Amino acid sequence: MSDKIKDILFPVITLVVIAAFSAFILGYVHNITLEPIKKAKDGNELQAIAQVTGEFDNNPFAEKMTIFTKSKKHKLTMYPARKNGHLNSVAIKSYTNTGFGGRIELMIGFNVDGSIKSFKIISSNETPGLGSKIDEPKFKEQLEGFYPQRQILKVKQDGGDVDAVTAATISSRAVLRAIERAFDAFNNFNSGK
Amino acid sequence: MNRESINNLTRGIIRENPIFVMLLGMCPTLGVTTSAINGVGMGLATMFVLMMSNMAISAVKKLIPDIVRIPSFIVIIASFVTVLEMLMQAYVPSLYSALGIYIPLIVVNCIILGRAEAFASKNSIFQSLLDAIGMGIGFTLALTILGAVREMLGNGSLFGWSFVAENADTMLLFIMPPGAFLALASIIITVNKLRGVR
Repeated sequence: MSDKIKDILFPVITLVVIAAFSAFILGYVHNITLEPIKKAKDGNELQAIAQVTGEFDNNPFAEKMTIFTKSKKHKLTMYPARKNGHLNSVAIKSYTNTGFGGRIELMIGFNVDGSIKSFKIISSNETPGLGSKIDEPKFKEQLEGFYPQRQILKVKQDGGDVDAVTAATISSRAVLRAIERAFDAFNNFNSGK
Repeated sequence: MNRESINNLTRGIIRENPIFVMLLGMCPTLGVTTSAINGVGMGLATMFVLMMSNMAISAVKKLIPDIVRIPSFIVIIASFVTVLEMLMQAYVPSLYSALGIYIPLIVVNCIILGRAEAFASKNSIFQSLLDAIGMGIGFTLALTILGAVREMLGNGSLFGWSFVAENADTMLLFIMPPGAFLALASIIITVNKLRGVR
C-alpha cells in the first residue's frame, strides 16, 4: 500500500472505530435508562395531578383521555380523579406559547361544578424571581375556587377579576390563557356528553 | 504520591482555576448560576465528563492520527455527555430540568476540550485523571461561589434556605443575565486582588 492511501485510510478507520464504539456505549446506556426516564417523567406529572386534584384512589394516568377545545384547534389531556368510584375532580394538562419565556405547561384541577381547584406549573421558562412567581401561593390562591363561568378570567389591567403578579403581567396573562383553554376544553367535553 | 502528581491535582483548584484565572467555559458559568445548587450540579456534571474524557483520551492518544485528533476528541466527549444526560434524566430529573440546555452544551465547553488537548493527549491516564479532578473541583468551586453570591443577593436565600422575609424586595438583577456579569466581574476582581495580580 502506498503511503498516500495509508495517510487517508488510517484516520478514516480510526474515526469509524471510535464512532462505532461510542454508538455501542450510547445504545447500551439508552436501553438501561429508558424505563427510569419514563418513570421520572410520569412521576412528575402524577405528582402534579395529585397536587391539583383532591383525594383519589384510582390511577388517573391509566384513565387519561384526549379532549378538544370548542374550535377543535387545541388538543389537551384530561386525567379523571375518582374516589370510591365517584368522579371527584379532573386534572387537565394545558399549555400556552405566550409566556414571557415561551412555552408554559401546567396542570389545572377542576371541580365537577366547573370551578378551578388549583393549578401547578409543570414546565416554564419565565424570568426567575419575576415571572416564576406565577407558581407561588400569592397568585395561585386567588384562582383557587374561581368560577370561570361567573367571573372574568383576565388580569385586572384587561378588565378581569385576577390580580396579575407584580411586574409579570405577561406571564400572568399567559397562565390565564392556558387555564381558559383548559376550561374551554372541559366545557366542550361536558356538553358533548 | 509524588510531587508532580500533587501539583497536577491542585493546579486547577486555585492557581489555574478555569473560571477565575483562565476564564474558560464562560457560557455555562454565566447561564446556570442562578442558584448555588445549580452551580454545584453543573460543576459536578462537568467534572464527571472531564474525568471520563480525560482518561479515555489519554488511553487512546497513541492510536489516534494527528489529523483526526480533534474530531475524535469531540466524539469521545459528546458520547460521555450524552451518557450523563440520559443518566441525569433518569435518576435526578429535577436537577436535569433545572440545568436544561446547558447539559448538552457541556460538549462544547472549552475546559474539557482544552484539558484534552493541553494535558490528556500528552500525559498518562493517572495524571490525566488527577488533572481532571483538580480542574473539576476548581470549576465546581467557582460555579458554587458565583451561584451562592447571585442567589443571596438576588433571591435572599442560600441553597434554597431563605433568610429574608417573604415578599421582601431583593436585588432581582443578580438572578437575571446582567447580574451574572456583574457578580462574576466582582468575584474575579477579588480573586485577582488576593492573588496579588496588578
